[in-house]
Amino acid sequence: MALKLSDYRTQVFNDWCPGCGNFGILTSLQMALVDLAVKPSRVVIISGIGCHGKTPHFVNAYGVHTLHGRALPFAIGIKLANPELEVIVHGGDGDGLGIGAGHFVNTGRRNLDMTYIIHDNGVYGLTKGQASPTLKLGVKTKAMPKPNINEGINPIALALAAGFTFIARSYCYDVGHLKETIKMAVKHKGMALVIVQQWCPTYNEINTKGWYNGEDRIDPVTGKPIPRLYKLEENGYDGVVRKPEDVLPKTVAALTKAFEWDDKIPIGVFYQNELVSTFQERISQRITTYPGTPPAKEIIADNMGEPVTSIKKMLDELKVTG
Amino acid sequence: MKNDFIWMAGGPQGSGVDSSANIFARACCYGGLHVYGKREYSSNIKGLHSYFHIRVSPSEVGAIVNRVDLLCTFDAESVVRHIWEVSPGGGIICDTGIIETKISSILSLPFAFIEEWNKSLNERGLHPETVGDLLDEVKKNNVRIYPIPYLEMLKEIGKEIGEEQLSKLTRMINVLTLGASFGLANYDKEYVEKAINMIFGKKPKIISMNLLALNKAYDYARKNFADAGINLKTIRTDEQRIFLQGTQAVALGKLAGGCRMQTYYPITPAADESEYIEENQVFEITGSEKTGGILVVQTEDEIAAITMAIGAALTGARSATSTSGPGFSLMAEGLGWAGINEVPVVINYYQRGGPSTGLPTRHGQDDLRFAIHASHGEFPRIIVCSGDIEECFYDAARAFNYAERYQTPVIHLIDKALANSNKSYKMFNPTLVKIERGELLTEADVVGKNYRRFEFTESGISPRLPIGTPGAVFWNTGDEHNELGHITEESMMRTRMHEKRMRKLEIADREIQEKERVNFFGDEDAPMTIVSWGSPKGAILEAMEMLRKDGLRMNFVQVRIPHPLPRKYIERILGNSSKKIAVEGNYSGQLAGIIREETGILMDYFILKWNGRPMSADEVYEALLNIVQNRAQTRQVLNGGS
Ligand SMILES: Cc1ncc(C[n+]2csc(CCOP(=O)(O)OP(=O)(O)O)c2C)c(N)n1
Ligand code: SF4
Ligand SMILES: [Mg+2]
Repeated sequence: MALKLSDYRTQVFNDWCPGCGNFGILTSLQMALVDLAVKPSRVVIISGIGCHGKTPHFVNAYGVHTLHGRALPFAIGIKLANPELEVIVHGGDGDGLGIGAGHFVNTGRRNLDMTYIIHDNGVYGLTKGQASPTLKLGVKTKAMPKPNINEGINPIALALAAGFTFIARSYCYDVGHLKETIKMAVKHKGMALVIVQQWCPTYNEINTKGWYNGEDRIDPVTGKPIPRLYKLEENGYDGVVRKPEDVLPKTVAALTKAFEWDDKIPIGVFYQNELVSTFQERISQRITTYPGTPPAKEIIADNMGEPVTSIKKMLDELKVTG
Repeated sequence: MKNDFIWMAGGPQGSGVDSSANIFARACCYGGLHVYGKREYSSNIKGLHSYFHIRVSPSEVGAIVNRVDLLCTFDAESVVRHIWEVSPGGGIICDTGIIETKISSILSLPFAFIEEWNKSLNERGLHPETVGDLLDEVKKNNVRIYPIPYLEMLKEIGKEIGEEQLSKLTRMINVLTLGASFGLANYDKEYVEKAINMIFGKKPKIISMNLLALNKAYDYARKNFADAGINLKTIRTDEQRIFLQGTQAVALGKLAGGCRMQTYYPITPAADESEYIEENQVFEITGSEKTGGILVVQTEDEIAAITMAIGAALTGARSATSTSGPGFSLMAEGLGWAGINEVPVVINYYQRGGPSTGLPTRHGQDDLRFAIHASHGEFPRIIVCSGDIEECFYDAARAFNYAERYQTPVIHLIDKALANSNKSYKMFNPTLVKIERGELLTEADVVGKNYRRFEFTESGISPRLPIGTPGAVFWNTGDEHNELGHITEESMMRTRMHEKRMRKLEIADREIQEKERVNFFGDEDAPMTIVSWGSPKGAILEAMEMLRKDGLRMNFVQVRIPHPLPRKYIERILGNSSKKIAVEGNYSGQLAGIIREETGILMDYFILKWNGRPMSADEVYEALLNIVQNRAQTRQVLNGGS
C-alpha cells in the first residue's frame, strides 16, 4: 500500500507562529518521505533545540529531539549503530552554526550517509529574536537592541571547507523545490547539507517573504518585483563532481556562488561529490561484519545471558604464566 | 612487611622508563613472582622526570610501599629525586659519568622541588655539591652504590653491531640498568630475554641490540659487584596468570559485557582504554565461526562523545564513553538528556587530581560527589566504584546490566592509580560475566499495539524498544514528555513522569544485591571500622594485615556502589563500631560526607590524601596505628610518594 502524506503526520498540536517558514519545511519533508516511500519506522528525524527543534514531534516517524547544538552527534551515534535507518537531522542556524559549530565541521569530515537540514531564519527564534550566526554585520532585527556587531557566517562556504559532499540551498516557501532538494539529499551517498532560507515573521522583519520576492525592487519596465532568489541549474550551473579532476574547479565554482547574497541568492545544488568514501565504507574496511551486523544488530549474549564476545585472544596476550 | 623486593626505574620521559619497567615486571612474572607496578609521569612528552615503582613478591601484592630496594637511575636527576627513598641495605645503579655532576646544574628540577630539597638538606646538616657527594652520604646508611660506565658500555656495543650514532645507543641505557639489576640479583636470564622478546615484539634488530646490552650489563654486575643480597628468587607455579593495567581490565570487561560502541575524546588516563579496544576491535564470537566488532569513534569533543554514545544506545547497542574529569564536566548536559530519556549509557570515568586541568597525569579521588550530582535537575543514576584492577573488569561488564535494567546512565568510577598500575592476577574468569538486558522489546512485542516508550507500568519500568524497530515509532525529547515521548508541561503529567523516573533509583536500591554493592573485610566484631572506596583498597588491606600482626583488629567496608548508597548495611556495620575511619584520596572525605548525609553517622577519623600520588600501605598503616594508639588528630593528611 502506497504511503500517504497523512502517514507521516502526528496528532501533536503545531504551535509555530502563524506564517512561520517552518511549516513549509515540515510539509516538504513529509512530501519527500512520501515520494521516497520509506516506512515511518525506518526513518529517524533528529533535531536540536529551537523552534525548528519541534519538527520531529510533527512527523510520524522515530523522533529524537536532542540538545541545543548537539543534534549531529546524536544522529551520528544512531546512524553508525544502525546504518539501515534513514537519518534526517534538523538544526537551527544558531543551533547548528553557533553552539554546535564544532560538530558541523567534524560531521563534514566524516561523510556519513545522512541528511542535515538547517532552518536558517537569521535569528534565535525560541529565545525571542537575538541575532543568529548567519545574520549579516550591521543588520538589526526588531528584537535586537543594537545592530549586529558580528559578521554573518557563510554556511555554504563553511560546509565546502568542512567536507560535506552534498551542499544545497532551498527556500521554505518553494515547497516543490525544497521537497526535491531533500529527496536528492537523502539519496546522496554521503553527508548532505540543505540550508533552507526560512522566514521568521515574528522576529526577522528583514528577510521576509517580500524581501525574498524582491518587493522592494520594482522593475521599472515591467512594474514587477525582481526576485532575489534564482535557481542555479536554470543558469547552466552544474556542481556535480564526476571525476577526480572535477573536485578543485567545482569547489571553486561553488565557493564563488556561495558568496552571492543580497541582490542574487542562488538556490539549488552547489556541490555534490559521491567519489568520497563514506564513513560506513571506511568502517567496513576495518570491521568486515559491520554492514551485516552493525552494533544495533549484533548478538551479545546467548539465551541464558552468557556473553558471546570472546576475549580469549586478548587474555592470552596478557598471560605471563601457565 | 611482605617478603618483597622493590625496584624503581627513573629517568626523563621518553628514555624508556616504561619499557624497562615492563620488561622487569614481566621477567619477574615469568619467574613465578607476583608484581604490582605503579607508573608516575608528568604532563610532558620528552624530558621531564618519570619513574616506575615495582614491587615483587611471592604472594599477590595490591599496593605500593614508600621504599626502594634497588633504584635504577638513567640520569642525575633520578638520583637526586629518589635518593632518600632507598632503604638501608638497598642499592643504587647509576652512571659513572654523573658522579661529578653538580647538583645545581640539573636544570629540569622544578623550583618547588629545590625549595623542599634545600630544606631537607639543611635539616640533615648536609651540603653536597655533586651527585657523588650525595651518594657518599647515603653510603653511611648502608646503601650500596653500583656505578656502571653507561657510555663506555654503549660504545662497545656500538662497535660490535656497527652502530656509531650515539643517540641510537643511549636509548638502551634503560636496558643496561635492567641487566645490571638482574645481574646483581643473579636472576635467571632466560626470563629476562623472554620479556625483551615480548616487549620489542616484531623488531628483530632492536631485540638483538637490547639482548646484547642486557648481557653486557648483567655480566658486568656479576663480575664487579659483590653479592647484593637481593631478594628475587624465581618460584615454580602452575597457576595461569595475567599481567595488565586498569585501562585494559576495563576494556576487557566492556567487551565481554557486550559493548559495541565506544566513543572518546583523548584525555589522560582514559584514552589508553579506547586505544586498546580499537586495537582489538574485531573478535571471535563464542560458539560460531563468525567474528564481531566494536566501533570506536574518536569524537571532536566530549559533548559529541556522550551524545554519540547515547544515540547508539537508543538503537539498542550497548554503548559507552570513557573520559576523566575535564571531559566529564563537558558531558553534564548530555548525561541529563540520557536521564530524562531513560537511556542506558555507561561512562567510564577515570579520576585524576582536579579541579580544572589540575594534575593531568596524577592520581586523585575527588570526583565522587561530582559523579553523583553532575547535570541539572534530578534523575536516577548508578555509580559503581572499582577498588582494584580485577574489580575494574567485572564492574565494567556489570555496569551495562545496571544501565539496561534501570534504563539510566551508569558511571563507572575508576582512578589514575588503577588506570596506570599494572598487576599480576590469576587469570580472570569471563564466564562470571552475565548479561541482563532488562525489559527490552522486539518487533514481535509491539506490532499492532500502540507502543508507548514511557508507559506507566506496575514494575515502574517502561519496556524499552530500540529505535528503528519495524512496526512502531516513538519520540524522545529532553523536554518533559508524555508516555509517547511528546513534549508536555502539564503539571499532573510532570508530577507522574518525574516520579516514575526517580523511583527507578528505589527499585535499583531494592534489587541490586549487597555483595555487588559492598565488600567487607576483617572481623565483624572488631572495634574499629574503615570505610573507603576505590583504589585505596589495596593499601588498606595490607595495612590491616600489618596491624593484625601487631595484634590489632579492624574491619573494612569497601563501598562499591555509593549511589544508591547501601544505607541499611552501612548503618548496621557502623552502628557497631566505636571508631569509624574514612580513608579517601580527596580533601573533604566525600564518601564520609555522603554517609553522614544519608545515615546521620559521622566518621571519627579521616585519613586523606590529595598530593596526586596513590596511598601506600605503609603510610596507611602508620595513620591507622596513630588512631589505635590515640595519637591521631581527627584528620590525618598523607603525603607519601615522589
Ligand atoms: C545549552 C543551551 N543554551 C541555551 C539554550 C537556550 N536556547 C534555546 S533555543 C536557542 C536558540 C535557538 O535558535 P536557533 O538554533 O536559530 O533555532 P530557531 O529557534 O531559530 O529555530 C537557545 C539559545 C539552550 N536550550 N541550551
Ligand atoms: S519565532 Fe519565528 S521561527 Fe519561531 S515559530 Fe515563530 S515565526 Fe517560527
Ligand atoms: Mg534560527
